[in-house]
Amino acid sequence: MKRFFDSELELFRSKLILMGESSVRQARDAMKSLVEGDVSLAQRVIAADDELDRLEIEIDDEAVRYMTLRSPVATELRLVIVGMKASHDLERVGDEATNIAKRVVRLAAEPQLKPYVDLPRMAGIALEMLRDALDCFLDGDAEKALAVCRRDAEVDAINHQLYRELTSFMIEKPGTISRALELMFISKSIERIADHATNIAEEMVYLVRGKDIRHTDEVKRSGGAAALAGPSDAAGSDTRR
Amino acid sequence: MIEIGNLDFHYGPSQALHDITLNIAEREVTAFIGPSGCGKSTLLRCLNRMNDLIDGARISRGAIRIRGVDIHQRDVEVMELRKRVGMVFQKSNPFPKSIYENVVYGLRLQGVRDKTRLDEAVETSLRGAALWDEVKDRLHASGLSLSGGQQQRLCIARTIAIEPEVILMDEPCSALDPIATAKVEELIHQLKLRYTIVIVTHNMQQAARCSDRTAFFYLGKLIEFAPTREIFMTPSNPQTEAYVSGRFG
Repeated sequence: MKRFFDSELELFRSKLILMGESSVRQARDAMKSLVEGDVSLAQRVIAADDELDRLEIEIDDEAVRYMTLRSPVATELRLVIVGMKASHDLERVGDEATNIAKRVVRLAAEPQLKPYVDLPRMAGIALEMLRDALDCFLDGDAEKALAVCRRDAEVDAINHQLYRELTSFMIEKPGTISRALELMFISKSIERIADHATNIAEEMVYLVRGKDIRHTDEVKRSGGAAALAGPSDAAGSDTRR
Repeated sequence: MIEIGNLDFHYGPSQALHDITLNIAEREVTAFIGPSGCGKSTLLRCLNRMNDLIDGARISRGAIRIRGVDIHQRDVEVMELRKRVGMVFQKSNPFPKSIYENVVYGLRLQGVRDKTRLDEAVETSLRGAALWDEVKDRLHASGLSLSGGQQQRLCIARTIAIEPEVILMDEPCSALDPIATAKVEELIHQLKLRYTIVIVTHNMQQAARCSDRTAFFYLGKLIEFAPTREIFMTPSNPQTEAYVSGRFG
């Protein structure tokens, strides 16, 4: 039986899908602007962040309204709750993309410190994770979402590797410090995008299976790589907010 | 406490319940939900043999045991059973007598004459039904002078006066306004400390708020029986999910 307010839920879903697509595009364009040194693309990324902010507010507002007036239960309630949480993560992905883009603008004033190999590789994995997590929203494939959670450690490992590499640059040539720091923070932003992708993947498993897998052995994040980094690891990972 | 095993039930030629197996736990609230005609009230009425009064109604297979005793055995006294398994109906049905006489009606039938004991029972039962403060100064006014919600609580007081073990409630709030409903729900919450409660309700949110376990029936079959939070959060059967989400049909 179709209910007169089923279309509201459809609209809610499509808004979340739209937000997912926008955040993937933002992150992808931010990385593209770094690799290609495209300052105008970086500036477009910065300008486009407002759209994600607006969508987050709209999704929250609609979720609260739906819960108040339609008393959803079971899958429907999980959809609304997960929608609120995922939209928050997606908005943060947008923020990280903006952070990267701002650093790209600053880096453009100086010669490139080193060829960008690991950063695009790392970003490639993070974007794939984000896309897979969002795919689960479309096709309900929880296994794919679980695989996303397990990939987080890969991104963490590259982040740590870059951290060490950039630290040695700074020790050897103090003239590289400002550029190395920008790259370190870009690496950190990518690592955060992978964290948000992992959060979304966990949320999708909850949506599909009704089971909360956060902080369980099933999805324990990044063991070995994190242990290698020192406690004063400014660009370290594993911080979950 | 109540074990229903492989129960089939017929009204004349038509089968109303199919192979129902369900255990009701002591001092818990169990809710029966499902669309009209699904058999939930029929099953409730089997629990104190109210269906005995209907021509052609019969259990054709299976049994209901309360504390291990088959309640349809020949040597089970129906009156004795109904003393242990009280019932509150959809429409409050106070007798056209005073509030006091309504509460002690069952006790008088049992032959209790001692005034002190009757007085005590009135106060305890009315307090138990959260009605005492509202009626203590007019115990001899007619039960029919009370509001709908008060009348329903008077019926609950009348039920608990004879100290049953189980209270069956058939849509106890469907004729009440939201405030009276909230009072009865609050009362259910307190009563479960002492009694085992089975409630039939069409109000899904009421089942969610009041019960510990929920059974969903459809077309005379038990579709799913689980802790209430599971029925409403992660039902395992798609029919249950459709019903609790209001998508049924």
